[in-house]
Amino acid sequence: MTDQPTTLLRLIPLLPLAGAAICTFAATRNLRSVAKIVGPGSVLAAFLVVLAAVARFWQLPVGSALIDRVWNWIDVSALQVDLAFRLDALTSVMLLVITGVGFLIHLYSLGYMHDDPDLPRFFAYLNLFTASMLVLVLAASLPVLFIGWEGVGLCSYLLIGFWWAETANADAGRKAFVANRVGDAAFLAGMFMLFWGMAAAGAPSLAFADVNRMAPQLAARSPWLVTGACLLLLTGATGKSAQIPLYVWLPDAMAGPTPVSALIHAATMVTAGVYMIARLSHLFVQSPGAMEVVATIGAVTAFFAATIALVQRDLKKILAYSTISQIGYMILGVGVGAFSAGVFHLMTHAFFKALLFLAAGSVMHALHGELDVFKMGGLGKHLPITSKTFLVGTLAIAGVPPLAAFFSKDMVLEAAFMHGHPVLWFLGLAAAGLTAFYMFRAYFLAFAGESRMDPHVEAHVHESPSNMTIPLVVLAVLSIVGGWVGLPHGFLWGDRFGEYLAPVFAHVGGHGGEHAEAGGATPLLLMLLTVSVAAGAIFAAWKMYGAPSTLPDEMEARFPKAFALLRGKYWVDEIYDALVLRPYAATSRFFWKVVDSAVIDGVVNGVGTVLSGAGESGRRLQTGNVQHYAFAMLLGAVLTAGAWWLWR
Amino acid sequence: MAVPVGHWLALSAALFSIGAVGVLLRRNLIVVLMAIEIMLNAVNLAFVALSRHLHSMDGQVIVFFVMTVAAAEAAVGLAIILAVFAQRRTLNADEFGRLRG
Repeated sequence: MTDQPTTLLRLIPLLPLAGAAICTFAATRNLRSVAKIVGPGSVLAAFLVVLAAVARFWQLPVGSALIDRVWNWIDVSALQVDLAFRLDALTSVMLLVITGVGFLIHLYSLGYMHDDPDLPRFFAYLNLFTASMLVLVLAASLPVLFIGWEGVGLCSYLLIGFWWAETANADAGRKAFVANRVGDAAFLAGMFMLFWGMAAAGAPSLAFADVNRMAPQLAARSPWLVTGACLLLLTGATGKSAQIPLYVWLPDAMAGPTPVSALIHAATMVTAGVYMIARLSHLFVQSPGAMEVVATIGAVTAFFAATIALVQRDLKKILAYSTISQIGYMILGVGVGAFSAGVFHLMTHAFFKALLFLAAGSVMHALHGELDVFKMGGLGKHLPITSKTFLVGTLAIAGVPPLAAFFSKDMVLEAAFMHGHPVLWFLGLAAAGLTAFYMFRAYFLAFAGESRMDPHVEAHVHESPSNMTIPLVVLAVLSIVGGWVGLPHGFLWGDRFGEYLAPVFAHVGGHGGEHAEAGGATPLLLMLLTVSVAAGAIFAAWKMYGAPSTLPDEMEARFPKAFALLRGKYWVDEIYDALVLRPYAATSRFFWKVVDSAVIDGVVNGVGTVLSGAGESGRRLQTGNVQHYAFAMLLGAVLTAGAWWLWR
Repeated sequence: MAVPVGHWLALSAALFSIGAVGVLLRRNLIVVLMAIEIMLNAVNLAFVALSRHLHSMDGQVIVFFVMTVAAAEAAVGLAIILAVFAQRRTLNADEFGRLRG
């Protein structure tokens, strides 16, 4: 269990960071060709370094890690924070996903952003994002993680509002930033609380290794402190990972370019919350209450977001709600103590959701920005590669065996059931059915059937260039085989993924590991149930949208209120507007108009007015005429003498 | 027959008041300078009168000081007035309200 020092790890975030600097320079000089090489190149270089680092990590004994101390960052008596990077099993998975999928998305961006005049700026942001995300997962302590945490939030804001000339895009960026700030404030508070507890327990440190080691002692000293810190950290995670109650920014974030949606708002950044909870697994398992909250938030979000996705018309919005829902699964996974299942779903989701987003981007590319699935139809003929890869992604997310999400989603659901959360399991199962339904609805509407396109648009439909289709194909392959590293226990080579990650995670007490109870008939039954639910949902989607049918309209006529509720997205935005934003704006306006403008400015200006008024009237005394002064002196002398004489 | 000291002081006060009024009201710088001389001499008169009344020589000594200072002051004052007159061709005090070069 020793950490082996190395200086390799610092290169990993440094390469994209240098890329960002060069691309920024290129943006100011408009050197498009430089950005086109450096942007994807720096991520590819980082990917190669990651491969080298992971290869070195695999040679270490199980349970060890690579560690890279760059310098002592914070040195305030008891608080010592090194800028240190650490590579263990969990980090290696994240690194491979971020740089691997990230590189594919960079490559795709070359084609997607080809005509954009701001391409160098785009790559500068994208590289900066990659660097921040790499810092986030490489961090050896919470403060260093927070650097990346804030960095990805900033880049998300910059990239959502990338086409800032349209107010709606800039507003969406701001909304994402503010919602993230709410979570980040809670995250900071949780970090402070944790440090407070750690210092009281005699180990003033925020390094993950120390926190995870001290977690049982912390819980023994004060359980409420651990629960409080975990809940605050969870609030931070709900902001970053778009969970209830802070998920509202993610659907709007689709205003950004589609590669951004794929990279940041599907594959990497939004999973930061899941990663953080998994990273602090030893702390979270010490607070069953907090774990219960985590699992509940995950399951409810998974179901809730899936219902909204049922009626969306905008292809990217469908995918956005689907992302929220799928992250709900990951949160559910880590919440029920199946950390490796949550991370496994994180990885497979990165593959198939990036694929779906990039395919959606390819559709947008072909249709000149059209996103309404009711104005598509029959695209399979025109976009053979895009439609086939989209179908693979759809099958994967629907949980069709043997594609990736079948194994990962099933593992999460199985863990939820086995660890004693039947209600949450049922929510997850229902969400799985809904997911299969809405994804196939989108697929049938967009790619199958007859064209509903504008004839002008249809005339120009074309398959995307190869630098866009190659990433699609690679991701499609990954979406198929990506799940095979984590097969069910006892089947072929079993859950290699879980075994690989096991040394990192805490084990939920009493069970002796996630899969100790596996092996009976229950997991198999659960699996069959999940698959049959998905199959039923796919059949229903085909009935309603795959074949010409009046069923959707009949349904809407029969349940108008339910449809209105879902179309209105449960009016959560409106509720937040009424409950939070308006009172906040009113309070701010009160402080602006009354407290600041009237009271404070009144006092400040009043002092000035009185003084200048006094000066204005006093100025008349200063005539500059010596004789007047002499008269005043004489008068004063006479009055003084008179007063002295009178009161002598 | 000796004149009582009160009379001298009254005369001194009257002279001082005449001088003060002259300083305050007249505009011609030379007249103002002359009025200042009257005030100085009114004070000298009071000193001398009180010196005699109190049988002390201190007052008379101060008077000599005042006379020398007054002579110097008159010389300097007249010189300034001449310089000002050469510049402005007037001796009206109101014309010199501003000392800006």
